Amino acid sequence: MITILDPTDERTPVERQITKRSGTLSGVVGLLDISKPRGNVMLDELAKLLAQKAPDISVRRFTKPTFAKPCPDALRHEIRDGCDLVVEGLAD
Amino acid sequence: MTKTKPAFSLNDLDGKVHAFPAQDPVLVCFVKEDCETCNTAAPVLEAMHKAYGAKVKVLLVAQSGAANATFAKAHGLSMPVLDDTTCKTAFAWDIESVPSVFWVDTDGSVLSEFEGFIRADWEALSADISAKADLSAVQIDWASLPAWRPGCGSKHLDPAVYDKLRAEAEGSPIHARRIDVASSDDVAEFMFDQGFSDGLPLVPPTPERVLRMLGGTHRDPQDVIATVPPNMGVATVEKIAINAVMAGCKPEYLPVVIAAVEAVCTDEFNIHGVTATTMGAAPVMVINGPIRHKIGMNMRLGALGAGNRANATIGRALRLVVRNVGGASTGGVERSTLGNPMKFTMCFAEHEEGSPWPALHVERGFEREDSVVTVFAMTGGPVHIVDQTSRAPDQIAGSLGLGLEGVFLPKLRNLPIDALLVVCPEHIKTMQREGAYSKERLRDRIQEVTTRPLSEMLVDDKSGAGISEEAAAKMGPEAMLKSVPKFASTDFIHIVVAGSDAGKFSSAFHGWATGAVGSISVSKKIDLG
Repeated sequence: MITILDPTDERTPVERQITKRSGTLSGVVGLLDISKPRGNVMLDELAKLLAQKAPDISVRRFTKPTFAKPCPDALRHEIRDGCDLVVEGLAD
Repeated sequence: MTKTKPAFSLNDLDGKVHAFPAQDPVLVCFVKEDCETCNTAAPVLEAMHKAYGAKVKVLLVAQSGAANATFAKAHGLSMPVLDDTTCKTAFAWDIESVPSVFWVDTDGSVLSEFEGFIRADWEALSADISAKADLSAVQIDWASLPAWRPGCGSKHLDPAVYDKLRAEAEGSPIHARRIDVASSDDVAEFMFDQGFSDGLPLVPPTPERVLRMLGGTHRDPQDVIATVPPNMGVATVEKIAINAVMAGCKPEYLPVVIAAVEAVCTDEFNIHGVTATTMGAAPVMVINGPIRHKIGMNMRLGALGAGNRANATIGRALRLVVRNVGGASTGGVERSTLGNPMKFTMCFAEHEEGSPWPALHVERGFEREDSVVTVFAMTGGPVHIVDQTSRAPDQIAGSLGLGLEGVFLPKLRNLPIDALLVVCPEHIKTMQREGAYSKERLRDRIQEVTTRPLSEMLVDDKSGAGISEEAAAKMGPEAMLKSVPKFASTDFIHIVVAGSDAGKFSSAFHGWATGAVGSISVSKKIDLG
């Protein structure tokens, strides 16, 4: 670990802060399956609920080739460029 | 002499904790395994421990990590050998060399202290302890020991160790927020991600580096130099030092950076406007006085370009302070339409020795021996002025004038706008070949050759810039025939000398809005303590 000193006027926190919430659900929601067992089942259910409760939004499904490695750049860019929100099915 | 030594609590080779001060009087000796003199002293200490240990606690404070055990084994030491590999205790006790001996009484007063191996010192110590503790004197063959042997430098004074200790010590001059970057993170990438950078890589400002940088000034690290717009961030000497480290400065450059920050944060210079303007201005720094040579600045070949660390990093440090402490980032408060590379760095020294004229800082009221930084808000430059053929002084001066016609737009005249002209040595030579040709004469000549009738400044099909029809009508036809020079007055023409001896190319920087509405150039004396 290396320690550096803050060169700024220290008015912003160092850790990345949570993105501001808009308060409304709109646009494109991406559902990302990382290929853990039954992740797809959970996301299917989520997609169904979203269709019922937020019919205005559209859903896009994505799948990581493996949960063992970081998301490939191309897929990451695709999600970034095509979605407003992302839900990821993590862990088991 | 009563002096109390700092408390410590260290582990011996078995992991048992020993504290100072203790119930009994203590004999402390700092040692290093690879110090020959410590090895000479070791048997003496062991003998003393055996003879006086009932009444005086003998503690060795050892700096050598795993080798501490080696040291203990080699001499069959039975007293506690304590682990001070981090050298925090040596630092706190402020010793210089090892072995360093301290005999401390129960009330904390130091009864005796010495360094190295002067046999007489050790003999006297032994005799004193024997008398005070009322124990029989230790049996040592003193004659077999060297009369005198110097010690070795304490490990804590090793530069790599010392700066780290200083940074972490209580009462450290470091106040800035510490950011711990995880070992799996790349600190260079981290600094980019945090937005600290001007686009180019930065030197990580570790506490040790910042402490070393602070050594370049006598100023207190918490002295406030300026509040930096737009966020009015407080630029302490420490904050400036942190940005100077990132820029790649050496500690000896710091006083120049401090003076520059002071200069740009004045109301007159108006760094807020200079940074924010869509016109894209940047401070151009000119350095005068003895500091130029002291820190190896470039005032000669390539002075306005790349390649000299002082020129490059001093200018850059100033920009980083404005960015990081002031919060002026491109796309934020900085709104330049195009900007220019001077926003990375633009700093050079005047070639005073090659100038036939008073140096810039002398012109501006300083003594020749003062070291001074002058900042100009410039929107363009350096722009080349090419004249490789003129032979007469008035011709060279005339070319320099014509070269300045481009400020803002060639057709615009009577401009209350600064220009900074950098005259090269070959042009100086030609200018002076018929006798002295003063700066004032050069200024007048610049105005003379750029004088054109106001009518040429009218808005027309070629260019919509200039005097509108309505304004011209108001002024009247007589007024429009009047001829005016490029600059509203010769006061706007600033002149310095720089460059190599070969090449007939001078350069000019073009200013921004000069005056109360924009920026006025400022000079500050560099505090060299």
